[in-house]
Amino acid sequence: MSTSYQARFRVWRGDTGGGDLQDFRVEVNEGEVVLDIVHRLQATQAPDLAVRWNCKAGKCGSCSAEINGRPRLMCMTRMSVFGRDETVTITPLRAFPVVRDLVTDVSFNYAKARQIPSFVPPRDLLPGEYRMQQEDVDRPQEFRKCIECFLCQDTCHVVRDHEENKPAFAGPRFLMRVAELDMHPLDAAADTGLDRKRTAQDEHGLGYCNITKCCTEVCPEGIKITDNALIPLKERAVDRKYDPLVWLGSKIRRRSSAG
Amino acid sequence: MATGTEPQTNSDTSGDTHHTANRGGVRTGSRAAIAAPHLRTDRWWLAPAATAAGLLAFVVYSTWRAFANEYYYAAPYVSPFYSPCLAENCAPMRAGPNWEVLGGWWGLSPALIILVFPLGFRLTCYYYRKAYYRGFWASPPACAVAEPHKKYTGETRFPLILQNLHRYFFYAAILVAGILTYDTVLAFRDETYAWGHMGLGTLVFLVNIVLIWAYTLSCHSCRHIVGGKLKHFSKHPVRYRMWQFVGRLNARHMLLAWTSLVSVALADFYVYLVASGVFADPRFF
Amino acid sequence: MSVVDRQEWDVVVVGAGGAGLRAAVEARERGARTAVICKSLFGKAHTVMAEGGIAAAMGNVNSGDDWQVHFRDTLRGGKFLNQWRMAELHAQEAPDRVWELETWGALFDRTKDGRISQRNFGGHEYPRLAHVGDRTGLELIRTLQQKIVSLQQEDHRETGDYESRLKVFQECTVTRVLKDGGRVSGVFAYERESGRFFVLEAPAVVVATGGIGKSFKVTSNSWEYTGDGHALALLAGAPLLNMEFVQFHPTGMVWPPSVKGILVTESVRGDGGVLRNSEGKRFMFDYIPDVFKEKYAESEDEGDRWYDDPDNNRRPPELLPRDEVARAINAEVKAGRGSPHGGVFLDVSTRMPAEVIKRRLPSMYHQFKELADVDITAEAMEVGPTCHYVMGGVAVDSDTAAARGVPGLFAAGEVAGGMHGSNRLGGNSLSDLLVFGRRAGLHAAAYAAELGERPTVDSGQIDAAAAEALRPFSAEGHIAGAEPGRPPENPYTLHQELQQTMNDLVGIIRREGEMREALKKLADLRVRARRAGVEGHRQFNPGWHLALDLRNMLLVSECVARAALERTESRGGHTREDHPTMERAWRRVNLLCSLTDPTDGLAATDPVRGQIALTREDTEPIRPDLLALFEKEELVKYLAEEELYE
Repeated sequence: MSTSYQARFRVWRGDTGGGDLQDFRVEVNEGEVVLDIVHRLQATQAPDLAVRWNCKAGKCGSCSAEINGRPRLMCMTRMSVFGRDETVTITPLRAFPVVRDLVTDVSFNYAKARQIPSFVPPRDLLPGEYRMQQEDVDRPQEFRKCIECFLCQDTCHVVRDHEENKPAFAGPRFLMRVAELDMHPLDAAADTGLDRKRTAQDEHGLGYCNITKCCTEVCPEGIKITDNALIPLKERAVDRKYDPLVWLGSKIRRRSSAG
Repeated sequence: MATGTEPQTNSDTSGDTHHTANRGGVRTGSRAAIAAPHLRTDRWWLAPAATAAGLLAFVVYSTWRAFANEYYYAAPYVSPFYSPCLAENCAPMRAGPNWEVLGGWWGLSPALIILVFPLGFRLTCYYYRKAYYRGFWASPPACAVAEPHKKYTGETRFPLILQNLHRYFFYAAILVAGILTYDTVLAFRDETYAWGHMGLGTLVFLVNIVLIWAYTLSCHSCRHIVGGKLKHFSKHPVRYRMWQFVGRLNARHMLLAWTSLVSVALADFYVYLVASGVFADPRFF
Repeated sequence: MSVVDRQEWDVVVVGAGGAGLRAAVEARERGARTAVICKSLFGKAHTVMAEGGIAAAMGNVNSGDDWQVHFRDTLRGGKFLNQWRMAELHAQEAPDRVWELETWGALFDRTKDGRISQRNFGGHEYPRLAHVGDRTGLELIRTLQQKIVSLQQEDHRETGDYESRLKVFQECTVTRVLKDGGRVSGVFAYERESGRFFVLEAPAVVVATGGIGKSFKVTSNSWEYTGDGHALALLAGAPLLNMEFVQFHPTGMVWPPSVKGILVTESVRGDGGVLRNSEGKRFMFDYIPDVFKEKYAESEDEGDRWYDDPDNNRRPPELLPRDEVARAINAEVKAGRGSPHGGVFLDVSTRMPAEVIKRRLPSMYHQFKELADVDITAEAMEVGPTCHYVMGGVAVDSDTAAARGVPGLFAAGEVAGGMHGSNRLGGNSLSDLLVFGRRAGLHAAAYAAELGERPTVDSGQIDAAAAEALRPFSAEGHIAGAEPGRPPENPYTLHQELQQTMNDLVGIIRREGEMREALKKLADLRVRARRAGVEGHRQFNPGWHLALDLRNMLLVSECVARAALERTESRGGHTREDHPTMERAWRRVNLLCSLTDPTDGLAATDPVRGQIALTREDTEPIRPDLLALFEKEELVKYLAEEELYE
């Protein structure tokens, strides 16, 4: 088997003023990933081709793009998954405003991050006094594997297909952040009057999610965003807002503890 | 973008001349100017099409059977579509699930009364929601494939906000599964109601009830109720183990949703075949 | 010159990795209005690549651990060349820095009794590394990022503006530290997205830009690691310390070529992985140096028993400090006992059940599966040395992290020198970031607050910086010293040649002749880099960015080569084939790099003279009570006669 061949690439080039898919023929060697090919394009044919990347090992979440229409990390997409005569099409993320070539303006995500109230440390524990059991931190730890590549935010049709929903909807990554904090064994938000279960629905747009699982499908870290974060969060919101039994139970308990 | 605070606003409201044909969604003005609604090259339509076909087949079959109001009892087997039978017009079943709570005024097929519950359970199920939102409503048809709708509000308002009632249907589904278990026990009789016998139908019922239970217990609401709602698993070791067990089932929720859907239809069809005389139930002992 | 946007801040932090963010948090909490500038997006810093853990003597797993033991290990690892006061502060403060992270929401792996779990690592006497699986760096960055967001939320509640006191300028690059007389007055930077220039005026600047790995071909470092902070400090007049010490991590991936250099975490060995050569032999037993003979197992059986019973057995030699392991692998490959792709075998598949491997080393499993199509639960990995970390860096005051000679300039993290001596222990870098990041932020804020009058920014310097940054766009034109009509140089080509030069001639094993050749090549590259030209415009133009980064890489590469040529011994991250032993006399010597031409007309036209001048300096004597932590027999291996009797 020969180790190197000429591949056909189509790369979107342009900026806010417009742009199009441009064709390239470029060498591909054994073991390479899509990001290697983009780098080869930069070094040999298009020195000003804009692309974000960083660790090249699937750990930083910078090189998000859409490859043959699917949101993926360029550094984790091996060329061997494509046929040698297949044209590989690379575009920037299509849910966010474009900056240039493969680079998009992802500030939507940073704005959303700021809207999620932070971890509230318990008042009675000093640094070094925190005690948590592994089984209690397992759940939020899964969500903290997130590398913030924003592929889930990109693929989620709630904002991808409906720009007008962006103000109301935090997106899978940040709803998962709410779930993470709500499951943190020592988060003391409740003591400050903050009910993360309720605000997930009321302020961060959990109700927009129709659990079609694209976020989970594209997650390069394999986080079960829908099953382990969003649906449990929906169930927690139900506890607060739609469950008369729980509501009644809490009333009775409050009365009996008061009496 | 240098600061991350001021997301670029959607520029096409200002009548951007570069994008006169703003069609919203991925073709919103400020996004990369790509005309195609999606660039997927794989057969992305296969999964939603197969889902839609599968669900449609079940709907057609179950509508026919639910309205049929015949051939649903062949001693000792009662079709799961008609159990429990809650009206006077039910076929009498010895020791079977005849509870005439609705009395004589009900003139339609008695299946319609009880089917509301398992149907509601499946309709609000987190897996089926995904399946029909994708398969029937194309919202979205597949990941990164543009959906055709102009507006989208998800499950924020009536009627879809009612999806939040899933857990009540889960409670009801537990009762129904209990009754179907009872029916399966009754299937260990022969056609003269003598105990200690088994036929092919008994086997069909057994497989069905195992799948029904597995599907019911693998429900996300169940996972929440048994332990998922807790903040500290370490303080509730028994519920933690239950949660882990349900979690393992839950990972196969889709598989169980389909297999139990097929098995319940098959169980009904088996009863239909026997009751209508097309086929005699082979007896093992 | 065009009008450049100016803003006033109290403290500017360059770099948003662990050290930079920790410095920013501290400065803001001390009341300084703080700006952070980073080349990547916020939260993508190279710190996310750290896998193993944060070394801190909390004693959660083995209560025998304390800061003195940690200090001892650190000095041994650094071959006693460490700036001892830094090592002392580091060992003392690391536990507090880790516990503090928990109060900001970090979730470390736990022990049975609910404390932070700690794992074994090369060179550490006790299990000491607080960790989260093998993604500890990500946890650190995310926690600091979220702490910054929480401070911004606080400011938003008070002032209505998230960025009133703490702002992150992401995807911006600083090209010059500006000065008012001798003091720092701000930074000159450009926005990568738009190419727009701007100036942040500030009396205090903290550089926390990480390392220099991108000057080498095989490296675990990301594109950002172009030695920016080293060069900024150098250009601002601050000396760099002991730049010859570059750590080659023993285990980087060697295949496929496109991922060559990507790190394979040391936890693989800490958790039981072993190194074998092509003959199947655990060769590390042949490479235990004399100074470590008493501390490491002599047989495979003893080494294997250590994982379960560390009190009665000695650790396996796979867990020797990184420099030893890297040299051993290099020697095995050279002797023809390497793996098919030029590395050696690192095997966990025969040591642990598949399930345990997947649970304890999830990202390694993932990385090999996705990038190399290798299932590490079933077969051995192929690994070889990769350029990983630079121990040398900006010479700083141990307590305040202030750079020498430039008031208002501070340095923390990998860009600062001294802390790790000639070789860094695994796990000591994350703790270094936190301990000295905090100290830099603290003292930068204090310096800014105590300063009477704010330094002013000279517009002449701004114009000069802008002209320097724009040069690549006019490279086609005639430039003094270059032949007219020659086409501009491709920055990508120059970069590749630089990487190849450093890798081949100033790499893991060094020889005098090769380093002299390297210096010649660097001089040639320097001249050509003046003519590096780029196409297109200033908007997000990676060719332009690389052309600007080349200046920094060339500066630090020359520092490394010159210092490496000067130090005629082998110690830690500096191995000379022509001087293979460690010399006690050299322990007292620090090598300082500074610009030959402090007026910073970068001496590009004179290849021989170069840009860097070296000076020798005596190290500060180690405080007696700290020396007393060691046995006399051990000290004689490192310290010169006269030091022992002082």
